[in-house]
Amino acid sequence: MNYTATEMMTIAAARALKSDDVCFVGIGLPSAACNLARATHAPGVTLVYESGTIEAKPAVLPLSIGDGELCETALTTVSVPEMFRYWLQGGRISVGFLSGAQVDRFGNLNSTVIGPYGKPRVRLPGAGGATEIATSCGRIFMIMRHNARAMVEKLDFLTTLGHGPTGQERRKLGIATAGPVLLVTDLCIMEPERETNEMTVTALHPGTTRERVIENTGWRARFANEVRETEPPSPVELDALRELNARTARAHTGGNA
Amino acid sequence: MASFQLLPDAISNLVHDGDTVALEGFTHLIPFAAGHEIIRQGRRNLTLIRMTPDLIYDQMIGSGCARKLVFSWGGNPGVGSLYRLRDAVENGWPNEIEIEEHSHAAMANAYAAGAAGMPSAFFRGYRGTELPEVNARIRFVDCPFTGEPLACVPAHRPDVAMIHAQRADRKGNVLIEGIVGVQKEAVLAARRSLVTVEEVVDDLAAGSPNSVVLPSWTVTAIAVAPEGARPSYAHGYYSRDNSFYVAWDGIAKERESFTRWMRENVLR
Repeated sequence: MNYTATEMMTIAAARALKSDDVCFVGIGLPSAACNLARATHAPGVTLVYESGTIEAKPAVLPLSIGDGELCETALTTVSVPEMFRYWLQGGRISVGFLSGAQVDRFGNLNSTVIGPYGKPRVRLPGAGGATEIATSCGRIFMIMRHNARAMVEKLDFLTTLGHGPTGQERRKLGIATAGPVLLVTDLCIMEPERETNEMTVTALHPGTTRERVIENTGWRARFANEVRETEPPSPVELDALRELNARTARAHTGGNA
Repeated sequence: MASFQLLPDAISNLVHDGDTVALEGFTHLIPFAAGHEIIRQGRRNLTLIRMTPDLIYDQMIGSGCARKLVFSWGGNPGVGSLYRLRDAVENGWPNEIEIEEHSHAAMANAYAAGAAGMPSAFFRGYRGTELPEVNARIRFVDCPFTGEPLACVPAHRPDVAMIHAQRADRKGNVLIEGIVGVQKEAVLAARRSLVTVEEVVDDLAAGSPNSVVLPSWTVTAIAVAPEGARPSYAHGYYSRDNSFYVAWDGIAKERESFTRWMRENVLR
């Protein structure tokens, strides 16, 4: 079966979620992966959105973090202060699923500015929930498109802590949660190397060469001793993802959330 | 007790140049009608607080209402950038704008602290980020019992909070349903408050004894503004106009198309 690099990325990310995970979902690529997991191998996965919706079961992907679809399908909806205090800070969330404009080799994220903070070339949206999601959730999964502008040697701004600027700061700060354990791109899967916490390639998606990864990574990409080939998308996974995207496109062009 | 006022009167009475103003609504129930009236009345030098400055703040900033923005996520949700916010920050158009930038957790805690009458909020946050280096109002204190360093930010105490709600009863009690965001906290934290509502009814018909209700005596003014949250949505009344959020990307990208759209749709 033919499939796109984006489909491979979304499916590879979805596979990382388990039915008993409680997942704090970022909008966009993370939301697609989380809802695909729920539609396929992890029907029991609990999706929590920062708008306060707990156990949301959207039939279409929400365009925003607070679409009506999330509230209408949720077990319950709490206020935003309650969401951040009791549920996130309280340690109830096992996985946070994030993305950003830039990531570095230690899984730190920038979603604040490109260029100097005081005179940015591009003003990005800002931290949103990510800063505390990254330190309060048990583990962090990340999903990004793989190119040298996004995967950079040095972030323009450190919005959200991964393992820290040298890979050791998270540990030194005594943060009890694991931080980034997985980075899925449209080319490969990266996981932090033991001790250094550097994101290293542990699996290449079918058809991707090491050279292609190296060319598209802003730091000198390193590979684990054993690099697997990612299992290609199954027909079941592809059908589920395409149905989800088709339902979503119909709903959003119709003007209804 | 809340007083029922026409929206132009309520804005004229409650919002003054230089005020600190919070229009809240987390994707849902965004008070567009109130924001548009502020633009029409030409308020200037406002400090605008909002967790997620989206289209309404893009319109207010592009119209020159704001001197400062206090926020945690400024984008067009699911679509991309806020071009008017970016033009103000990147190029100073139509005026320079000061930025005070937080995380969502900080903003939510700051509203809750304001509602609780506290001077500041403490929480476990901002660990390992560079945000404290660019925002002097993010500090850390040690827990007096455990020694754990905790993030601390000042409480939000806006001069005026504005929210949109489904309905009020004739006494001025207000019901909010669905994604309730930080609206209750914003109203309780503010010195004055304006609630625009879809309708005024004899009986609020709250769905549960635990529904989010703001008693009349916590609200300064109520203005009836049917569809006052469009193009966002009002749970139980109308859904989100996602196509407009997509269209805004094109409208707001250039100063000229933005100005024309505002003239034809808001200022007329």
